[in-house]
Amino acid sequence: MQDNLQSSSYKELEQKSKYTNMFLRWFLYFVLILFASYFIFPLYVMVVTSLKTMEEIRQGTLLTWPSSLNFDSWLVAWGGRGYGAGDTFLRPYFWNSIKMVVPAVFFSTFIGAMTGYVLTKWRFKGDQWVFLFLLFGCFIPFQAILLPMARTLGTLGISNSVVGLVLVHTVYGIPFTTLFFRNYYISVPTELVKAARIDGAGFFKIFFKILLPISAPIIVVTVIWQFTQIWNDFLFGSTFSFGEAAPIQVALNNMVLSSTSVKEYNVDMASAIIAGIPTLIVYVLAGKYFIRGLTSGAVKG
Amino acid sequence: MKTLKIEELSKNFGTTEVLRKINLEIDEGNFLVLLGPSGCGKSTLLNIIAGLETINEGNVFIDDYNVSKVEPKDRNIAMVFQSYALYPSMNVKENMIFGLKQAKTSKEKIEGQLQKVSTFLQVDKLLERKPSQLSGGQRQRVAIGRALVREPRIFLFDEPLSNLDAKLRVEMRREIKKLHQQLKTTVVYVTHDQTEAMSLGTKIAIMNHGVIQQNDTPEIIYNKPSNTFVADFIGSPSMNLIKGKIIQNSNNISFIAEGSTLEVPINNYDFKEKTDLNNKEIYFGIRPEHIYFKKLNEDDFDINLRADLSEYIGHEQIVTLDYSNQEILAKFPSTIKIELEKEMKLHFDLKHTSLFDFNTKERL
Repeated sequence: MQDNLQSSSYKELEQKSKYTNMFLRWFLYFVLILFASYFIFPLYVMVVTSLKTMEEIRQGTLLTWPSSLNFDSWLVAWGGRGYGAGDTFLRPYFWNSIKMVVPAVFFSTFIGAMTGYVLTKWRFKGDQWVFLFLLFGCFIPFQAILLPMARTLGTLGISNSVVGLVLVHTVYGIPFTTLFFRNYYISVPTELVKAARIDGAGFFKIFFKILLPISAPIIVVTVIWQFTQIWNDFLFGSTFSFGEAAPIQVALNNMVLSSTSVKEYNVDMASAIIAGIPTLIVYVLAGKYFIRGLTSGAVKG
Repeated sequence: MKTLKIEELSKNFGTTEVLRKINLEIDEGNFLVLLGPSGCGKSTLLNIIAGLETINEGNVFIDDYNVSKVEPKDRNIAMVFQSYALYPSMNVKENMIFGLKQAKTSKEKIEGQLQKVSTFLQVDKLLERKPSQLSGGQRQRVAIGRALVREPRIFLFDEPLSNLDAKLRVEMRREIKKLHQQLKTTVVYVTHDQTEAMSLGTKIAIMNHGVIQQNDTPEIIYNKPSNTFVADFIGSPSMNLIKGKIIQNSNNISFIAEGSTLEVPINNYDFKEKTDLNNKEIYFGIRPEHIYFKKLNEDDFDINLRADLSEYIGHEQIVTLDYSNQEILAKFPSTIKIELEKEMKLHFDLKHTSLFDFNTKERL
């Protein structure tokens, strides 16, 4: 009798918890969908607007679907209308950005890896102070260093050039890349380095042969981070370069703000998407590793 | 010629003294175990022998050649680490020949060595695997193989078994012992495990607070510990140290425990110095396994003690006894039925006692 009573009440509880779980699950989906649409909405508007003609934009609302797929505005944004003076389009600046971002990402990642390696595996007196000062670099507001940097670039004779921007971005990327690599390498057993030293490998050999081959996850994280930062940078780009040497974000701004004629929303939107596409591609290709790299650390040997 | 000689070696990290005036010698083919609790400096000493750590004072000689300032790779040593330290990106073969390649050894020699060592250690079927695809025991073997292919003068082992589970540890311990018997190379082995030390070492150096407490054969360390630290550290459970004093008459020396009147004769104890013993405060040391339930020798000392607790551990039991309010332990076969809270007649094996000065903690 006692047993019966208990088993029936367990059944009741089981039923109850099933309903609660179901409710919570649907609530979770609802919230997730809400947030997702909140983030997707602007992108939707951009894509849709870029495919419309100006006529459609004036007559329809933000959300209406384009009547036909019309890539004219994309072509204009990328390659211009073909008439001479005053025609701003993205193509040359896109390549400027590529020329800036590739070496800057490479150098800052490489130097960060080296610094992280030294700070964890070749400890020296006062190394924690070096690391602390490097961390300061992560917190300095970049506006504060604009003037001194402009002087420096001027003295070096590389102001208003892609080379100058590469230097600036490399220098200000190092604090972040060092932080990433230091935190990764600190979990790599130091015994590996000891073993390699006994085996006769030197400073660089240990770095290239032992540590770098196991650094893929953190390299991916660093590259994504640096690529996004440098590609999306507007402050350094607009301060240290103008005209021909400007990166794409500056060109985008010039295009949208300084056009004298009627505002062409479809071209503006297409330009904005073009300017954003490379970071999207990097995320799609390497995003899987991004999460893995951020959460992993310990190298199990 | 000594294969390894360490002379007046001191080391400090900042203001912390890690090693103090270490002197150590090993003859060719010996197996020296550095044993001690964690933080006693044994691993630092090993790293110094390897050349991975600098020296503040003193010298290290390998084959009578002062290597104190010689790079690790040129010291003709090889080391096996606790975490195995296999290079994760390389397969077993690449791991094993990495050192030889660095030393620009000829291709034929590398192949020959690899063949020989990998067959010897039974890892020849694993050569293409990555370290992450190996089991703990296999990793350990590859790590040993990596050391073997270099044919070093001295092998250094840094707690190589402590990452393995208990069963595998015993197995690998025997393999290392076998290895040493076959190859007869000189070994320095760091561990905190006394069983490992006892079973492997031809010599054991017990360290504490950066000082070598005793450096001797396992037998002497077990039977004649040079101070209370060694007495306490070796043996499981460790040696009973009973506080009391010596009474010396014209022809009789005996020990009286604190709070007791019972005189334990210690006439036959091999004193280092027999003068001025009367009233000396000492520790009377006797191992739990040298307290017998049944009289074993004619001259065993009979004593009545009360049993307070019995711990069953399978083949034997550890009994807590009360000796005039001092707790002592004894080890009996588990077949004996012990009545608790009752006095019983036991027998001290006086041939196996150790006496220590109460103040200096040194052996008398």
